[in-house]
Amino acid sequence: MVTTFTVNGKTASTDAPSDTPLLWVLREGLKLTGTKFGCGAGLCGACMVHVDGKRAFSCQTQISEVAGKSVITIEGLSSDSSHPVQKAWLAERVPQCGYCQSGQIMSAADLLNHNSKPTREQIVEHMSTNICRCGTYQRIVRAVERAAREA
Amino acid sequence: MNTHLKDVKANATRVSRRQVMIGAAGLTFGIALGGAKAALIASERTGQPLSPWVSIGPDGAITIMSAATEMGQGSMTSLPLIIAEELDADWGKVHIVPAPVDEKIYGNPGFGGLMYTAGSNAVTSYYKNLRILGAQVRRVLMDNAAKKLGVPVEELSTEPSFVVHAKSGRKLGYGEIAAFAEVPAQAPEIKPEDLKKPSQFRLITKDVMRAELPKKVNGSARYAIDVQLPGMLYGAVLRAPVEGASPEKLDEPAVMAIKGVVKVVKLPYGVGVVAETPWAAFAGQRAIAAGISWSKEAKGWGFDSDKGLESFAAAARDPKAQVTDWFKLGDVRSEMQQAASTFEAEYRCDYAYHAQMEPLNGVASVSPAGDSAEIWCGTQSQTMASEATAKALGIGREKVTLHDTLLGGGFGRRGPRDMDFLVDAVLLSKAVGKPVKSMWTREDDIHNGRFRPLSAHYLRAGFDASGKLAAWQHRLVGDRVTPFADPVRYEKAGKKDFILMLGADAKGYDVAHQLVEQVYEDTGMRTAPLRGIGFTANKFATETFVDEIAYKLGADPVAYRLDLLSKTPRARNVMARVAQMADWGRKREGLGLGAAYIDYSGTQIATVVEIALDRRSGKIKFHNVWCAIDCGVAVQPDNVVAQTESSIVYGIGLALTERISIKDGAVEQSNFYDYVVARNRDVPPLHVEVIQTENHPTGVGQMATPTITPAVSNAVMALTGVRLRHAPFTEERVRKALG
Repeated sequence: MVTTFTVNGKTASTDAPSDTPLLWVLREGLKLTGTKFGCGAGLCGACMVHVDGKRAFSCQTQISEVAGKSVITIEGLSSDSSHPVQKAWLAERVPQCGYCQSGQIMSAADLLNHNSKPTREQIVEHMSTNICRCGTYQRIVRAVERAAREA
Repeated sequence: MNTHLKDVKANATRVSRRQVMIGAAGLTFGIALGGAKAALIASERTGQPLSPWVSIGPDGAITIMSAATEMGQGSMTSLPLIIAEELDADWGKVHIVPAPVDEKIYGNPGFGGLMYTAGSNAVTSYYKNLRILGAQVRRVLMDNAAKKLGVPVEELSTEPSFVVHAKSGRKLGYGEIAAFAEVPAQAPEIKPEDLKKPSQFRLITKDVMRAELPKKVNGSARYAIDVQLPGMLYGAVLRAPVEGASPEKLDEPAVMAIKGVVKVVKLPYGVGVVAETPWAAFAGQRAIAAGISWSKEAKGWGFDSDKGLESFAAAARDPKAQVTDWFKLGDVRSEMQQAASTFEAEYRCDYAYHAQMEPLNGVASVSPAGDSAEIWCGTQSQTMASEATAKALGIGREKVTLHDTLLGGGFGRRGPRDMDFLVDAVLLSKAVGKPVKSMWTREDDIHNGRFRPLSAHYLRAGFDASGKLAAWQHRLVGDRVTPFADPVRYEKAGKKDFILMLGADAKGYDVAHQLVEQVYEDTGMRTAPLRGIGFTANKFATETFVDEIAYKLGADPVAYRLDLLSKTPRARNVMARVAQMADWGRKREGLGLGAAYIDYSGTQIATVVEIALDRRSGKIKFHNVWCAIDCGVAVQPDNVVAQTESSIVYGIGLALTERISIKDGAVEQSNFYDYVVARNRDVPPLHVEVIQTENHPTGVGQMATPTITPAVSNAVMALTGVRLRHAPFTEERVRKALG
């Protein structure tokens, strides 16, 4: 069965089995490899995307669930790294290995979409969904604060 | 910003006729003009075509090779930056390109010439050579400019990417010079005084944007798991739970029945499946697991880590245990007999897992005849990845082409001699005659993990009549690491298990008699260097022990350390500074402070943690961490801070929650729900201060990690009077210790 949805504003379709995680369709089907595989269990957030404007673990989202919906990946957050969160991430020199950072950025952008002036506690709690093994947490919080300030 | 990092594809070493090239063959230099002549001279010197470290195009673009692999530590920027500093290059014109696999030119002097990025030693090992290299290129440019301008070279100076003749106000860009330059057959001699003084640095000790960072905020940074090749298939492997076991009974038809599965491949160590899609490959792997049985001859079957640790601890305290002396200073055995008093203590450490965020994987395209291969791999060692592939295929190394990518974390797991995760892809590609991307699930990554070893520690201190610490003994019983992780380096090191044993002494402290003994254990478990290597367990033991000694003597733990560090001023300085930062003497209600100091490969580092403890749950909560680090010249200071923050957070996980246990030889944990790493909410404000000194730069990638566990044990003691002796300090263990 073919599933049709939009990714970063463009129509996409796949004949992957309906229970296939969105993650693998994005990465291997559509070659949008900025979204990462980390745990396959909704525990680390490396696979975070936006579905209809809310963050979602793409490894826990079956492809059938996004039929007709709009998916935004890191590649679609901005065309030129100009999203306030991306700019703040560079300004605070957040990434180290960088592998988790697409997911972190998508989580942060989701937070600011719904709460443009989060408190520090709200930032820490929201961002605790995502694991960064390089431990860039302190800079992540600083970058979210900066993005909120400069957006 | 993106111009700093060329795509891996641009990794061409061809240099046009008009470019200037300079290259290093080991530590001797071959310099040649571009084109055929360069290749000729280079091949005379090295036996193979020369790959330049630096090339300068007529447009002024400067290409610099990066010899280290990039796993988040920043070496891809800092090594080229060292060359650029002495070359006096305009950093904005520098392009960084991963170096091809050629040990004679790019090998790490700290690892006997292997291309191997580990031990936080890239900057420290390459620093001197790269500075000289940069200075040589600069000198060649200046000599050429002198000739062109008709002035003595002594009248010339440089500013970024220009040679300047101040007297006449003339200057020539490096690109302009490259267009006419002639390069001498012999590299110019550079004396130490020809190098820049620290006050002249324009790049070293100044922060620049890390080369690959812009790609890490928009999804375009490429890791091995992102590689896509035409016609590529997907692989997954179910490995034996225990090292050395092999597959026996297998229900192949059940696996082949899954839509998309192409082939089932029996391997010596497991069973692989190749499929058209990743989801079919993973479904195939689950089907293999449902119907598999394993041979029972492997050593690790039956091993239980709880019981194993009990037997390790018994051996550690057994004076008749069979030991080898790892480190000896003075004569501890006779000092202990003469001691006015002695004091002893025991500590234990569990297995721990790397948990790098990118699960292990590899991509291989083996030729249909099986006589050559291309590989894509996030590896800590280009040398070992190439060798392991060649060995797996039984072909010469020259038939292997490596495309190294960024690493989604390394922490020691991506540098084993056998490159287990890459060989999966190689063998599966060979079996199907097509390119294969082989991926480990997180569960594979944990079940087949190679861990920081299990260890038990017995420590004994001897005091003279005045109460001075005179003798230090540490008997360490731990699962062997180096013989398993890297048998080649183990042999070369004279069968010394340095990954297990480093950090077990009292380095930095004024203790005249020291003895570290090893009781060798091989449980059959898979082990590896893990961020901080032996230091994480050994410094937990030694730095907690120092604290216990201070308590026994009725001394303040920081004052006592400062006293013991009186002969090592740099060490004393970091300890004194961190105590100031933490306002050590100030009592705070409901909070405990704990300190730790270590000398890690020359880097001096001291930490103070501030924690609270919920007695009912046993949960330890961090409130602040202060850290002072002296790594000599901090090449990229903000990155030193970032690496130290990173090491602290890694240390927090190891101290509190990270624990692998083994039952019947198999790993019990599976994913991030039962292997718990630190999250954003677990991390307190981190206060890191870099103390810039003019000493030779030393490592920063993991130095704070081993300070955290002892500092926490010491803080809990200060807060509760109870000593935690078994890391990690899980809530259950803390409750039990508090009684």
